[in-house]
Order: sequence, then structure tokens, then C-alpha cells
Amino acid sequence: MAVLIFVELDNGQIKKTSLEAIYYGSEVAKMQGASATVLAIGAANAASLAVAGNFGASKVLHVGAAEFQTENAMAYASVLAEAVRQENADVVILPKSGLCDAMSARAAAKLQASVVSGAVDLPDLSNGFRVNRAIYTGKAFATVAMSGAIKILGVKKNAVAPVETTATAEVVAFNPVPNTGDFAAKILSQEKATGELSLTEADIIVSGGRGMKGPENWQPLLDLAHELHAATGCSKPVSDLDWRPHHEHIGQTGIKVAPNLYIACGISGAIQHLAGVNSSKCIVVINKDADAPFFKAADYGIVGDVFDILPRLTAAVAASK
Amino acid sequence: MKILVCITNVPDTTAKISFTDGDTKFNKAGVQYIIGPYDDYALARAVELKEQHGGTITVLNVGEADSEQQIRKALAIGADDAIRVNCEPSDSYFVATQIAHCAKEGGYDLILMGRESIDFNSGVVHGLVGEMLNIPSFSPVMKLDVAGNVATFAREIEGGKEYLEATLPLVLGCQEPIAEWKIPNMRGIMTARTKPLKVVEPVAVAEAATLEKYLLPAPKGAVKMIPADDVEQLIKLLKTEAKVL
Repeated sequence: MAVLIFVELDNGQIKKTSLEAIYYGSEVAKMQGASATVLAIGAANAASLAVAGNFGASKVLHVGAAEFQTENAMAYASVLAEAVRQENADVVILPKSGLCDAMSARAAAKLQASVVSGAVDLPDLSNGFRVNRAIYTGKAFATVAMSGAIKILGVKKNAVAPVETTATAEVVAFNPVPNTGDFAAKILSQEKATGELSLTEADIIVSGGRGMKGPENWQPLLDLAHELHAATGCSKPVSDLDWRPHHEHIGQTGIKVAPNLYIACGISGAIQHLAGVNSSKCIVVINKDADAPFFKAADYGIVGDVFDILPRLTAAVAASK
Repeated sequence: MKILVCITNVPDTTAKISFTDGDTKFNKAGVQYIIGPYDDYALARAVELKEQHGGTITVLNVGEADSEQQIRKALAIGADDAIRVNCEPSDSYFVATQIAHCAKEGGYDLILMGRESIDFNSGVVHGLVGEMLNIPSFSPVMKLDVAGNVATFAREIEGGKEYLEATLPLVLGCQEPIAEWKIPNMRGIMTARTKPLKVVEPVAVAEAATLEKYLLPAPKGAVKMIPADDVEQLIKLLKTEAKVL
């Protein structure tokens, strides 16, 4: 028995949500009396990967081959399945993300595994294998019993609060054979904003709605985000109007986020937007309309003009450091 | 071109979620059902592709008889025929197996669906179907064009987009802005009534994940209002009370 954890890398470092996944997988391994092994694909040095040990893993399988440098869900799924077989793993943990959903799906079909996406806490192994998962876009949860010989879980951000140690993990090279069918698509081009904090990884998000009145008015919001080291998001109307890029759209049909702090500026709080933010730990709403429905879902609220409040809030954050 | 569009029958995005029978069943009372919003985008793009290139659209739903209202709506929007696999769509692996089985029989060039269903949000069915059929799968796709047997498409990646090219057949999980949602017109609604809707029984799948119980989140505490002239107080509360700064 072994637990295998897939991690995502960002510039050679294990992403924060992936570190949480390692801790989650290590806790499952402890319950089972099994070992926790990490699978990392892409360029990274051994020291960055050994950090996996701080979160409970004993070994890291590292795939550094050139073919696998570009993110490719199908190729990564084949690598994951091969690692599962090599390590004889019966539990596979991935952080929930677009890449990991696609990988876990294809790997599950290869391994005929049970797959559950969106786990919100550690499983209960007392009589079988049960886990709670988010459903209805965070509006409810379900307890699911998994019965496959191999179980694949996509774990949501903040499902566990990792406790770090000084232990390190042994990093071992893993050289899977590339499967040509996995490289059937040709990448024509990529457009990627650089230097932006990712919404799904961010601890703090500052988000703007139609109350910002136009794309030219975003600077005070960006200033606050900068001061808080926060990522920036927006509501659906804002991305529909092209005031902000589509990848910033948070909501039912956009990105679902789970930061510690979500600050909504000039967003009224349509139910479809709330569905994207209801996993946030703390929500602050700033809106000039005291009847905005978002206040009902907020922890803290300020009724007032965003253009008056944002600069003062930025100054207050700076002063409090 | 033969296109298969898989749709889910899900509670409207504004539906109040509650459960009955000791939290073991979803409470359908008073809940409006819709075609999954992401599936609706996939369907809309399929109709546009058919207008450009000709061909047929089959709509597939894995669901119980109450899905048929949504299936008829999809036929009214422009699908030519429909298949309903008669069962409760409980687990991703189970649903994907049913889709893959129907897809094998139909021999489709494109299999489109939403990036995820909005009831379970798993986002894994397209990948499972792709692997089961041994063809490529991609998601979330926000732009799609087809020329001959080659598809060019854009996929959303973290912080941006990726443009790809691949040979059909493909399985694609779709999202906005791949197309605008379409509203059925009167002629569509009339013709939809007589378009073929085949009901088939599911193929057997070993149960891999079983939903045992539903839970609702703990109710949210009351919002704490802060005077607009005292933003310093907000920062203080975020640090000392909420402990998120």
C-alpha cells in the first residue's frame, strides 16, 4: 500500500495548493500505515522538491525529461498511471485544478479507479473509505463511499491545515516512456499573463464589479491588491464587457476561488458570483448600495463609494505594516 | 460531420439547495431544472458548426425521465435526434462509461459537453470518456473551429489561453465564450416534438463511488458593518478577529 501525490510546479517550486495535497496524502498514508510518495513533472532542482518532506512525504519521483516540460494533461495522466503501478499505490491525491481534473480523469480510466473531485476534508477510513466533497458549487457537501481498488481524490484548497516539519524527502529520477498518442495536439501559441498571482493559489483576492464603472478606474483596486500581495478578480459582467480579461472572471461559470480573504468592490453579489466565492474564509464587501445582496454573505461590510474607500484602505494597509 | 453533445439536467443556478429523506435525497420540490450552462455553450457551438459545415447533432443525456424537458429544449435549439440513458447519473465513472458506450456505437467526429456539471462540479467526465474511447480530450475549451478533419481551439490555462490544433475525433469540455446561448424559436419548438428520442438502458458498471449522505454548510454569521470613515477598524478586525492578514 502506498499513497501517491501529484504536485504542480511553478518556476520549479511546488505550488502552495500542492504542498497542502502532500500533507493531505501523508495524513492518509499515516492512517493506513503506508508511505507517501510525491510525483513531480517538469524542471525543478532537488532542493526545491525535497521540501515535500516538510509536508510528510518520504520520496519524490521527479520526471525531468524534455518531452514532459510542457503541461500536457494526457501525457501527465499516463505518467501518473505508470507511477501508480510502479509504486503499487492504492490512493492517489491531486490538488483540484484544471490540469489535475483532466489528469485524474484519464488516469482513472486507465487504472479503472474510483475518482472523486473536490474533497474538503480527510477521509474516514474506519469502515471503508468515505470522504466529504463539495457539490452544487460549494452550496452543499456530500459524503461519498469509494470502493475501487485504486482511489483518486482531487483535494480542494484549505481541505487541511498543514503542519510543517524539518524532515526532507529523497528525490529519485523517474523516466517514463512517452506515449505518442498523448502528444496528438499541436500547440499553436500561448497567451499568458506573466508576474500575476494566480487566483486559485492566492491567499487574498481583491475583486471588482460593475460598480467600478469602467476599465479606466481599476487603478485604486490594483493598488490595494499590490499592497496586500493579492490576486485580482472580477464579476461576470466585467469580463463580458471586456473591462478585465476572461481569466479573472470569478463565479458559477468562471473560476471558483477559496482565498483566506476576499474583498469585493462594487459587486452586488448575484447568486452566480457567490457560488464562485463561497469557499472563502473571510469576505469583505464594499458597496454604495446598503441593500446589495452580497452583504448577507459577507463577514465585514462597508457601505460607501469604492473610489473614496479604496485609496484610504490601501493607505491603512500600508500604515499597519 | 457527426457531433455528439452531452447535456446534464441540473437545478437552475439560483435554486435553493435542500435535502429530504434524512439528507439522502435532493429536494426537487419547487426547483427549476435547466440544461447545464456549460453544456448549453457546447450545444450552441455545435449548432453553429452544423450551420457552417452541415452534418448532424445528436444530444445525449444520462438521466431519468424528468430530463426529457431539457432534451426537447436541446432538440428545439437545433439537435437532430436524442438519446437518453435511463438511469440516475450518480458517479462520474458510471456516467462516462454510458457516454463512451453510446459514442462507440455512433462513431462521432466531435463529442462536446460542458467543462463540468453544475451539480457535482467534478470536471472529469470528458477526460474519462476520451480515455475510454482512446481519443484526445481537452478542457476547458473557449473557442472552436473545424476545417476538414482538423479542429483548432483555444483552451483556458492559468492566467491566459493556449491555442491548439488536433485531428478529429476529439472530446472537448466547453465553456464561455465558445458561443452565445441560443433560445429556441417557435419553429424549433414545434419540430422538436417529432424528432427521435431514443431511450436506452445503461450498461453495467461496477459501482466505484456511492453518494451516501448530503450535508449543508453551517449558516453564516451576521455581517459586521464598519463605518465608511473608519477603514482602519476593518484592517484591525481582519488582523485580530478574522486573522486573515
